Amino acid sequence: MTAAPSSSARAKPARPRSGPGGQNAPRGNAVLKRIAFGVGGVLLLVVLWELYKALGPASGVVVGDLTILPRTTDLAMPHVWDMIGRLFGETGSGRNAQPVWLAVAQAAVFTLGVAAVGWVAGVAVGLLLAVLMQRFRTAESAVLPWIILSQTVPLIAIAPLVRRWGSQLEFGDFTWENWMSVAVIASYLAFFPVSIGALRGLNSPDAIHVELFRSYGVGWWKTLFTLRLPASVPYLLPALRLAAANAVIGTVVAEVSIGLRGGIGRMIIEYAQQASGDPAKTWAPIFGAIAVGLVAAGFIALLGVLLRRYRRGEVPA
Amino acid sequence: MKRSTRLIRARVIGGVGALAVTALALAGCSSGGSSSGSGDSTDAASGDLTPVSLQLQWFSQAQFAGYYAALDQGFYEKEGLDVTILEGAADIVPIDVLTGGDADFAISWVPKVLGSIEQGAAVTDIAQIFERSGTTQISMKDQNITSVADLKGKTVGSWGYGNEWELFAGMAKDKVNLSDISLVSQAFDMNGFLAGDIQAAQAMTYNEYAQVLESVNPATGELFTPDELNVIDWNTEGTAMLQDAIWADSDRLADDADYADTAVKFIKASIEGWAYARDNPEEAAKIVTAAGSQLGESHQLWMTNEVNKLIWPSTSGVGTINQDQWDQTVSIAMDTPNETGATVITEEPPASAFSNEYVEKALAELKDEGVDVMGSDYKPIDVTLKAGGE
Repeated sequence: MTAAPSSSARAKPARPRSGPGGQNAPRGNAVLKRIAFGVGGVLLLVVLWELYKALGPASGVVVGDLTILPRTTDLAMPHVWDMIGRLFGETGSGRNAQPVWLAVAQAAVFTLGVAAVGWVAGVAVGLLLAVLMQRFRTAESAVLPWIILSQTVPLIAIAPLVRRWGSQLEFGDFTWENWMSVAVIASYLAFFPVSIGALRGLNSPDAIHVELFRSYGVGWWKTLFTLRLPASVPYLLPALRLAAANAVIGTVVAEVSIGLRGGIGRMIIEYAQQASGDPAKTWAPIFGAIAVGLVAAGFIALLGVLLRRYRRGEVPA
Repeated sequence: MKRSTRLIRARVIGGVGALAVTALALAGCSSGGSSSGSGDSTDAASGDLTPVSLQLQWFSQAQFAGYYAALDQGFYEKEGLDVTILEGAADIVPIDVLTGGDADFAISWVPKVLGSIEQGAAVTDIAQIFERSGTTQISMKDQNITSVADLKGKTVGSWGYGNEWELFAGMAKDKVNLSDISLVSQAFDMNGFLAGDIQAAQAMTYNEYAQVLESVNPATGELFTPDELNVIDWNTEGTAMLQDAIWADSDRLADDADYADTAVKFIKASIEGWAYARDNPEEAAKIVTAAGSQLGESHQLWMTNEVNKLIWPSTSGVGTINQDQWDQTVSIAMDTPNETGATVITEEPPASAFSNEYVEKALAELKDEGVDVMGSDYKPIDVTLKAGGE
């Protein structure tokens, strides 16, 4: 009863949602409501888009020399149904033509895979750094400024460098592939929120609990696993979500930057080159990027469900 | 009691987490592995071939048809070379890859490299594949821009990044000041031009010009036709600069006899590839598409044909660096200031900046083998562009 106290004395007693009896019906309604809001949000965007396209001036809204709102021509703003219809058309007329949605789906899976590797690597590095900084005060003062500085380096500057350093790596049968460079860049963006969020989380238990552990002679490792890590979950989950978003963005940008074949980033450029003749097509990989982001966010939500035992209200990172 | 259930839960959660992480990592590995294999390189199985890598300026497209044709037709292999073609991308500078030792040869425009040379890059133009410039400034007929002087008072587009010098030199020649035009920076696509934001837009004959011809003219409901456009061609204006050339590492050329020998073989097979692209443009376009280019079929063929026009007929044998064209490129690079007053270079490039030694050897061997390196009776084909370049 005493060895694993609730990580925070302030822990609110369980919310009414776990109240006894009759919880299923209102809960189901709540889910439906959320889905309805989600669909409604997308529909609202579609309606706004089409409404502006129908009513807005063809040359856009211009104040002075500054364009405030875009043109409403088919070139600048294709109809939503054209963009969706284009997804079911072919990518081209050549031998390797396939439906656009299939090409986009394949690219999205590729990008998601690279982003996932980057996310895992970034989370591992971020957690390690956080544990190190929690354990040694000197490490915190030595490493933390560098972690923050690391995020001020522009991505487009490091992407070609990482690719070139990577191409010089070779041990045994292992050769560095370009997709690994992209994953490294994704992890470079992903580790930052994790290290900062996890450090705050690891330091979040009240002094009274830490002292209690100490008075029982519990070692540092055990304190880490039974007190600090569980207590860090509310800080960690938002950090993981940020890391997932960063990993996806990092992957797409790095794909553009070094021209990695197979992913959404490269597809955005390739289709953008056809933007004048086939304006609806350029939106297809953007939908793919959105899908990748949604899947990544969904994965973190799943992680949150698995860790719900430890979620006592989330703390924004 | 409470403690033990908590620990078990923690373990279960840990286990599930680890599983998810492993699955993700595996997914990443498998998708990455399968696609990177389908890439640009030939199998390096052949034992006694010399491995050679070539860094392009952009994604695979018919602008580089000759190299892809030489690879596909086995011309490189015939010379004992195992060539890997490395694609370019938005942030990859071919000359940096070459001087960094990650590629043996690189394709780049001469004016861009002249700047790198002045900053210390030791590279040599060993074959000037394109002897004409593909850069033009295009405008709609109703704007009445038929000469450089007509650019006065118009919005003029340019991509920047070293693509603007021919335009600036042409304007300087015809006494049009930078303050007389409104210079706008242009994107990848021609939407700014089609929307009328840019009255005279920069366009490569082999790419953006075709993009316009693949677009529907809202006034007629049909695709744009060449009759509806005016084109300012820098070749006829006299301010053309040399574009795609094969660059090699100067220090390795001087110190490493094997590398110099490889350079000759590489040029020879590449020129043979370009001769193939001249005689078989349809096949060459298909080879590039098979190499993974995502451009539409008619656009790819158009690009092959237009690039051929920049090479053939050749004045003194493909790849030869003509002194007068080199001098014109250098003098524009030295004397034309951009909007900030800077020039590409401030002094003459060193003598090592170009050399005809290797291309002359290659041309002599090709002539002995009966390959036509002049293309004096070259006739371009007619390509009909379809909507969106499909």
